[in-house]
Amino acid sequence: MATAHSRTAARLMVSPAVILLFLWMIVPLGMTIWFSFLRYNLLTPGNESFAGFDNYYYFLTNAAFWQALTNTLTLVLGVLAITVIGGVLLALLLDQPFWGQGVVRVMVIAPFFVMPTVSALVWKNMFMNPVNGMFAHIAKTLGLQPFDFLAHAPLASIILIVAWSWLPFSTLILLTALQSLDREQQEAAEMDGASPLARFWYLTVPHLTRSITVVVLIQTIFLLSVFAEILVTTNGGPGNASTNIPYLVYAQSLLSFDVGGGSAGGIVAVILANIVAIFLMRMIGKNLET
Amino acid sequence: MGNITLSNVRKSFGETHVIPGIDLAIEEGEFVVFVGPSGCGKSTLLRLIAGLEDISAGVIRIDGQDATALPPAKRGLAMVFQSYALYPHMSVRKNIAFPLKMAGLDPAVIEQKVANAAKVLNLSNYLDRRPGQLSGGQRQRVAIGRAIVREPAAFLFDEPLSNLDAALRVSMRQEISELHQTLKTTMIYVTHDQVEAMTMADKIVVLNAGRIEQVGSPLDLYRAPANLFVAGFIGSPKMNFITGAEAAKHGATTIGIRPEHVMIGDGPWQGTVGLAEHLGSDTFLKVEVPGVGTLTVRGGGEVGLHHGDTVRLAPQPDKLHRFDANGLAMK
Amino acid sequence: MSRKTTQTRRTVVTIAAWSIGFLIFFPILWTILMSFKSEGDAIKAPLAMLTSPWSLESYHEVQERSNYALHFWNSVVLSVGSTIAALIIAVPAAWSMAFVPGKRTKDLLMWMLSTKMMPAVGVLVPMYLLFRDFGLLDSRAGLVAVLTLINLPIVVWMLYTYFKEIPGEILEAARMDGASLRAEILYVLTPMAVPGIASTMLLNIILAWNEAFWTLQLTTSKAAPLTQFIASYSSPEGLFYAKLSAASTMAIAPILILGWFSQKQLVRGLTFGAVK
Repeated sequence: MATAHSRTAARLMVSPAVILLFLWMIVPLGMTIWFSFLRYNLLTPGNESFAGFDNYYYFLTNAAFWQALTNTLTLVLGVLAITVIGGVLLALLLDQPFWGQGVVRVMVIAPFFVMPTVSALVWKNMFMNPVNGMFAHIAKTLGLQPFDFLAHAPLASIILIVAWSWLPFSTLILLTALQSLDREQQEAAEMDGASPLARFWYLTVPHLTRSITVVVLIQTIFLLSVFAEILVTTNGGPGNASTNIPYLVYAQSLLSFDVGGGSAGGIVAVILANIVAIFLMRMIGKNLET
Repeated sequence: MGNITLSNVRKSFGETHVIPGIDLAIEEGEFVVFVGPSGCGKSTLLRLIAGLEDISAGVIRIDGQDATALPPAKRGLAMVFQSYALYPHMSVRKNIAFPLKMAGLDPAVIEQKVANAAKVLNLSNYLDRRPGQLSGGQRQRVAIGRAIVREPAAFLFDEPLSNLDAALRVSMRQEISELHQTLKTTMIYVTHDQVEAMTMADKIVVLNAGRIEQVGSPLDLYRAPANLFVAGFIGSPKMNFITGAEAAKHGATTIGIRPEHVMIGDGPWQGTVGLAEHLGSDTFLKVEVPGVGTLTVRGGGEVGLHHGDTVRLAPQPDKLHRFDANGLAMK
Repeated sequence: MSRKTTQTRRTVVTIAAWSIGFLIFFPILWTILMSFKSEGDAIKAPLAMLTSPWSLESYHEVQERSNYALHFWNSVVLSVGSTIAALIIAVPAAWSMAFVPGKRTKDLLMWMLSTKMMPAVGVLVPMYLLFRDFGLLDSRAGLVAVLTLINLPIVVWMLYTYFKEIPGEILEAARMDGASLRAEILYVLTPMAVPGIASTMLLNIILAWNEAFWTLQLTTSKAAPLTQFIASYSSPEGLFYAKLSAASTMAIAPILILGWFSQKQLVRGLTFGAVK
């Protein structure tokens, strides 16, 4: 609804954003696709040659890729399980009336604002360190052998660290959703003779489903590309025990200087992310209509 | 100043022809009401005049000058919106002053004009409040104040009373009418409420599906509706329409009789009272008449009929409206 | 529901909520506490550490022995710079999409969002090479550009959802009142959207401050923000707990404070308006 004049103005004003994002999307991605078909090593510049699907073949048949894929999925699913279940429980708890809600809320949200490198290092050194970490101290007090988390359970440890960073996110979103529950609807159900449990199951759960979906999808996007936490804790090790796909691509391209192989890996990561993205876009797109 | 002429004005959104073509002349100083059911294009027509939408074809002239391509600001019109559209971050004073500030007037002059408008509209005590701190009626007055300070060629009102409660609506309606008498400026007023149209207008434009059904003074429309649509839309309760054999007796496809023009007591129609609403001043009856249909009848407050009573009715012969097969009034 | 909950129930919930809240917050609290200890005390057992004397020693050392101020300043420049750049591009775009929506506006918004879905590793190699070839590696300008682009979709979306809440009639009223497009945006839209613009800014600053992929890949020292600086503690240096804690505390403190201010808007921003 507008005049031709304002439509022209609108088109002019929207174009910088569109052009910039278009370039940002198309130029590097096009280059990645191009590189992925080349034999291209940074140590031997000038020797690029066409490699067909060789890079994809080597990347996908490499045992490290399958391990990285499994690790990526374990990481994503593990963190999702902890944050969604924990988030629902925590949100339900925090939605109850209690003294000092504001303060508790602030404490719960805090980890989300901690930069990934800090949270990884704090956990790695101050808590999981087998000599001086808090867990080691506790184990010694109880007369147990300290456990070297990052050496013996590297992936689980990283899952714990990442879940700690993301738990506030899911809690906050689910709490917001809970607070937007229609109180009159709850009261109507109570008048209809629904027990608290029935009300939770038939009213609260369906209401939360949408927010849980949003949480799952958005977190997945971010969790698929966890990087800093791995870089500063385990460097993907021991072996490839905690290498995920982003880290593998990084190692291949910038540590082994294999641009072709790294690019092929990058494209694989893009395809994986797109599968998730399609679901997310549908979800948010539907929401846009209301 | 303030005559507005529309010549063959059309508006389409893609394939939808909201307004297929309208010709209309609005004289200086007139109070014109666009009335019609929702979706009839009355608000769109107002927005076309305002310049908030481009017209697809045709010409709009304001004071004889072609305004078709002018942006809203240059048309010299002021508009009062349904939601009042006050600037929530500005005080009442700044809201009213905004158009003057945009026009680049001297602050002293602005101050003077705002004070005058506030006095006229009883807003002097509220000038430093924000719109959020005002009641619905006060907001409405601020919106009007913002319009009058510009001394526009014409005022445009887009359903300005629809957000007010019933009592306030009546008093604001009177205030706007009085304002028109004081200012004598052209006003174009859009509403779906035929009571507002009847009480305020010098000239009513009845719109339906983007077309003008009839233009005329309120009483013209009441006495001589041009077609079934206008006959049914103007007047409350609605005119009774009778088809079939009863209509054929009068040489028409449909005949219409207003509830207030049906006499109770004696006459050709005999029926049973279905519903009786006793309002004290009036009595409204729904009477089931075999062979004619259900008729709404308006009687005096003393009518003592109730559900199930039998009653005889007679239409006042000179108040009978006759319509042909196309729904047009027959002379 | 304004019925009274029983005092017992309230007490139980209070204890549970405070315990869990404390547990979640504990790593941050511990880091802050440790930053005020000497290096020797910091590695002591928890109780011994708590009772050891307080000192500002590690803060002094972090300041003296590293370019802490430089990295802090880099973080500020990167996050604030990229936020302002994104706002300059996004405000007009969001205005257009919110108030002059066309048939393709929705597709355009979804497409903008989709650029956000592209995993960074997918373009790591070309970005690295482009940066290398244009001499942008370890430069603040290059990184500001990247951060602007990766956050631009979120900024456009957030502003869009805020602008959508402003009734179009108010802008039309301004147009009728004789305001030009510039005046309309400057005097009417912007003041009304200030809360929305402010929370968009806050969220974007937080995201950019904590961004830890591109900042780690594309900087080494002179343009390195705090993410990269802290990452350097992953080497054996990290065993200096007190200093690591001091550096970490300084790195997260500003953002914790900003974050607490913007917690409400955070939900909306991060879910692209899907949850309000």
